[in-house]
Formats: sequence, structure tokens, C-alpha cells
Amino acid sequence: MAEFPIDVGSVVALPKPRLDDLLAKLREKGYQTIGPRVGDGTVQYQPIRGASEMPQGYTSEEEAGKYRLVSSGNSRYFDYTPGAQSWKQIFFPPRITLFDLGQNGGWKPVGSPEPSPRYALVGVRPCEIAAIKIQDLAFLRTDFVDPVYQERRKNAFILAVNCLRPGGTCFCASMGTGPQLSSGYDLGLTEMDDVFLVDVGSAAGKDILLGLPVGKPDAAVLGKAKQAVDAAKTKMGRQLDISDLPDVLLKNLEHPEWEAVSKRCMSCTSCTLVCPTCFCWDTQDHNSLNGTETERERVWDSCFNPGYSYQAGGNTRPNVRSRYRQWLTHKLGTWKQQYGVLGCVGCGRCITWCPVKIDITEEIPALRKETRS
Amino acid sequence: MTALAAVRTSAAANNGELLKPSWAEVVKIQPEAEGIATYWLRFQDSNLSKSYRFLPGQFNMLYVPGYGEAAISISSDPEQRDVVGHTVRFVGNVTRAINRLKIGDVVGVRGPFGTHWPVEKLEGKDLIIAVGGIGIPPLRPAIYHILRNRSKFGKINLLYGARTPSDLLFTSELEEWRKSDIDIQITVDRADSNWQGQVGVVSMLFYRFRLDQTRTAVLTCGPEIMIRFVVFEALARRVPTNQIYVSMERNMKCGQGSCGHCQIGPYFVCKDGPVFPFSAVEPYFNVEDF
Repeated sequence: MAEFPIDVGSVVALPKPRLDDLLAKLREKGYQTIGPRVGDGTVQYQPIRGASEMPQGYTSEEEAGKYRLVSSGNSRYFDYTPGAQSWKQIFFPPRITLFDLGQNGGWKPVGSPEPSPRYALVGVRPCEIAAIKIQDLAFLRTDFVDPVYQERRKNAFILAVNCLRPGGTCFCASMGTGPQLSSGYDLGLTEMDDVFLVDVGSAAGKDILLGLPVGKPDAAVLGKAKQAVDAAKTKMGRQLDISDLPDVLLKNLEHPEWEAVSKRCMSCTSCTLVCPTCFCWDTQDHNSLNGTETERERVWDSCFNPGYSYQAGGNTRPNVRSRYRQWLTHKLGTWKQQYGVLGCVGCGRCITWCPVKIDITEEIPALRKETRS
Repeated sequence: MTALAAVRTSAAANNGELLKPSWAEVVKIQPEAEGIATYWLRFQDSNLSKSYRFLPGQFNMLYVPGYGEAAISISSDPEQRDVVGHTVRFVGNVTRAINRLKIGDVVGVRGPFGTHWPVEKLEGKDLIIAVGGIGIPPLRPAIYHILRNRSKFGKINLLYGARTPSDLLFTSELEEWRKSDIDIQITVDRADSNWQGQVGVVSMLFYRFRLDQTRTAVLTCGPEIMIRFVVFEALARRVPTNQIYVSMERNMKCGQGSCGHCQIGPYFVCKDGPVFPFSAVEPYFNVEDF
């Protein structure tokens, strides 16, 4: 293919079989490529070496408490909707060593932490970019920067993809985060039958495309892509009216729905683990048997864990009602006061992965009933 | 209603590595009561030892390797350089490990964290300091500040409650404070055979003096139930809600408003507190289990 002028903001076409070239180029540039692959009957975000490892020909079916991977009957790579896991596991690992200490005339550091790899995230959805931006607000504040998060985040490459086939629990259109990419990516894909349309989002994205066999996109394909993206907005499996958030939550802290939902909620923490914005963490100390070495770890925590609010004076939230209320009033309420945005992007994972089918898009309307003003 | 602003006064708070402590040596252990002692720490880094500053009401995270960290309020005089005092009740895994420390042992320190008693804003006021149990150590730095600047403040009432007479802390200092024109009222939940003072809850001590609501501020720290009744008595005497300052206790792990545990409504107690104007936390204060 002939040389083709590429700039930030331009859209180029990449023949589908050349997706591998794009991934190879990322690895050549020193990125570890993390992308979708099938594992345990789900789409997971794992290290991938090529397009052959990606879930081509699969689509995902999501409902409350249900996730199934099924054949899509086509050869698309990105016809599943968000993976079971979220990308937060990359920037905010579920378990990471902060430091090791050994007793050697006082406690001294043992070894030195390995620098984190540069990650290229392959197949990041618009709602997932919104979630990353929300976690940026929590971890990269003006008054506090989380060094673990910053190190991983600042070097990352984001290869995003527009959603053309929203899932049964998706409601990103309600949250204003998707299904169309708007910003925050290096390259943005739209998957068509024979080509990927590639939207150049950054100078780093442009660099990756240099030398790849990209061409000028066909006007008819561009038109079809726009239609497909527009149509996706109307295919959301769920909706959520956010017009009275966060007030509807904060004015209803004693609403009977909290008691009702606590009868079903098992406080299993699943929703907080799959949530791409939940940021709470805890520490663990692991010691050698003779007590002369200790490792300090940072691990994910959840407001549904009984120990989360435990202190010398007792447990601040001693029951499921108070823990569910904390989660929802934070996510869709006080989050706004803390960070200026709501803590939900409409990815639907908390609905899909709730073992008892609690649905955030049903809980908010339930709290509106008998709203006291 | 807004919270107070946290003040970063020292480099020990942020070492560039998450949760990495600065090391300090235990130089003195002062037993205060059964299960409570004050640990005087000196930073091993002499520059840090010289530059370390805190404000009354702030806290440090103390780290015992292998056990973890606990949030401990600083109980010493903010003007006292060189060593920093922490009054610890041995109640959990980490604090019981602190109990086993000896002179010369080393602990990790991160801090100081959080908001402080706004003593500079309270000059010219009458102050009611209402504390219960292990709630008095976080107020002691404020009391030292007030003693040093006694003429700048009006009447000072210290209302102090403990479970039993032997649980009272800092008893040797109370007489000194009385000499500096601080009216001290003490009450215990349960008397012993030698006790000749008050028996009852801290909030009842409000009935033993009159206050002028136009010039009074209340500073309170203790069990949440005690704070609740202290606030009730202050409000009943028309002290404005923004002149009542409460120090809240929550599960604090990071000290930097990051780990999430200490949230109350929109606030991270470690960063937006522990000292709040009551007006800031009022909407959440009476919500059960919030």
C-alpha cells in the first residue's frame, strides 16, 4: 500500500488480517500486549501475542446473574461486550507487593521492586476508558499520587474499540460514557466486515501506525460505520435515569429499599471486584516463619467485607443493609462530591456478575418510590 | 457545609513509595493507665527529626513490621521538637505489638495526617473541651497550645470522663492545667471506694456551669455515643453547629484518602478529618450504621 499521510484526528483503514501487524508493532515498541482471550468460558483480559488468541467469532450474552459466550456466526473479534474482568487489574493490580523488609540490624529493605512493564491494552471499550478516567481522579490527585498506579498508567498504550453490539446489561448511553469513543485513547478501532477503521487519537498512536499497511478508508465503509455506531446507542440492554442523582440517594438514607435489598444481597463483594471504578484497597503483611522477614502487600478490598469498617470502637457498618447502602450511595452519590463525577460508567458488570441478580438499574427506581423530599 | 483543610506539615507523610514509613526509635515509654501508655519516638533521620512538625489533632500511622499499621493521634506538645508522643491503647493486633516494644526498638511512622483543631481561629473564644476515655490524647496538643497562649483565650472548661478513676489519663498534669485557669470537671462511669468526684456521663457536666453561646466553641473527642450527647447539650445551649468541632474515629489505613475505608458520606476521615466542624458531618451523623 502507498505511503499515506497520517495525523492525530485522521481515520485510516487497516485490512482485517493485518491486526496482527498492529499487535506485533506494539510489542516491537516494547509494550506488553494485554487483550481479550477466552478462559473459563468468559472473555478475560490477559497477555496476548497475536490476533489468533482473541475471541474471534464469539459474542457474549449478559443478563442479571448470567454470562454466556456463544458463537456469533461471524468472524468479528470484538462482538463480545465488556470482558468479565475490567482493566483496573492492570493499573491497580488485585495484589501487589509494596515492599519487603528483613531484620538485619533494624528493618531494612530486601531487594528492589521490579519496574512495571509498559502495557498496551487491546480492545478497551468507551465505558472502560471512562472508568480509567474515573480511577485517574482517585489515584492521580493533586494532593496525593499513587505511585503504583501512576507508574503503570503513564506508560500505557490504549487501543480502544467502538461498541457496535451492546450487551444485555449495558447502559453506557444512560451514563454518557458510550457506546462511541470520544477521547482518552491512542488508537480507536471500529470493526467492519473486512477492515478496521482506525481513529488516530494521539501522537503515540500515530507512531504505531507508521509503516503499517493502512490506507484511505472507503467513503461507503465510513458511512456504514457511522450508522452502526449510531444504531448501537439504541441497543442498550438497560437504562438508568440519572437526572436526580446523587440527591435521590442522599435524601433516602433510611428508605425501606435498603432493608429489602439486604434480604437478597449476600455481601459477596462480587460487584465491587468486577466494577471498573471501585478503588478501595487494604494491606496484608506476610511474614517468614522465624519473623525476620516481612512482605507488605496492597490488595483489593470491598465495602461489603465485614472488616472494611471495623475499628477499635466496633464495626461502623455491622450489617448488609449498611454495606449495600454504602456501596450504592458512594457509587452514584457521594462520589460526585468527592471527584465531580458519578462512580458508574454503565458497563453492567455488577448486574451480570451478581449471583442473586441485584440490578443497579432497578435499585435506583426502587429508591425513587415514596421519595421524601 | 465544608470540612476543614488538611495541612501537610512534614515530609514523613509522602515518601514517594506507597506506605513506605520513616523509621523512629522508641526513646521513652510512659505508662498512663491499665492498657494505655505514651510512646515517645525520635526519627532516626536527624533532618526529619528537626523538620517534623504537626498541628494539634493530627495523627500518625505507626507501623510495626509484620503486624501492620495503626492510626495513632499525636498527644505531645506541637512545640516540642526532637521527640513525638503517641498515647496508645492496647486493643488490636498492631497496638498489642506496640505494647511489646522496648526502649530502643524501631517503628515505622507515616504522617502527620488530617485536619487539626483550629486553635488559631478560636482565639478570643471561650472553649469547652469535652473528652472521654482515649479521646483526651488528641486534645492534649491543643491544650498545650492554649496554655502557652492562655491570655488569647477566654474561659476554658475541660470536661473529662473515664470508665473508672484508674482509667483517668494525664492525672499528674491536670493540676498544672488547673493552675493556668482551666476549669476541669471530671466524671467516671463507675466510682471506686476512694473516688469523691462526679459519677456519670461527660455530657452531664454541661449542667455544672453556664456558657455564653455567642462566644463559645466546643472541641470534643471520645466514643461516638459520647460525642453525640456532647453535641446535643451544646446545641441545646445554642452553640452554633459550626462552632462545635468533633474528631471522628473510622477505620483508617492509608491516611491519604485513597484506600476508602474511613469514608463518612463524601468525606475521607483521614484526609477531610479527623477534626470536622459538626456542621459538615451533621447530615450523616444521625444516620444509623452510616
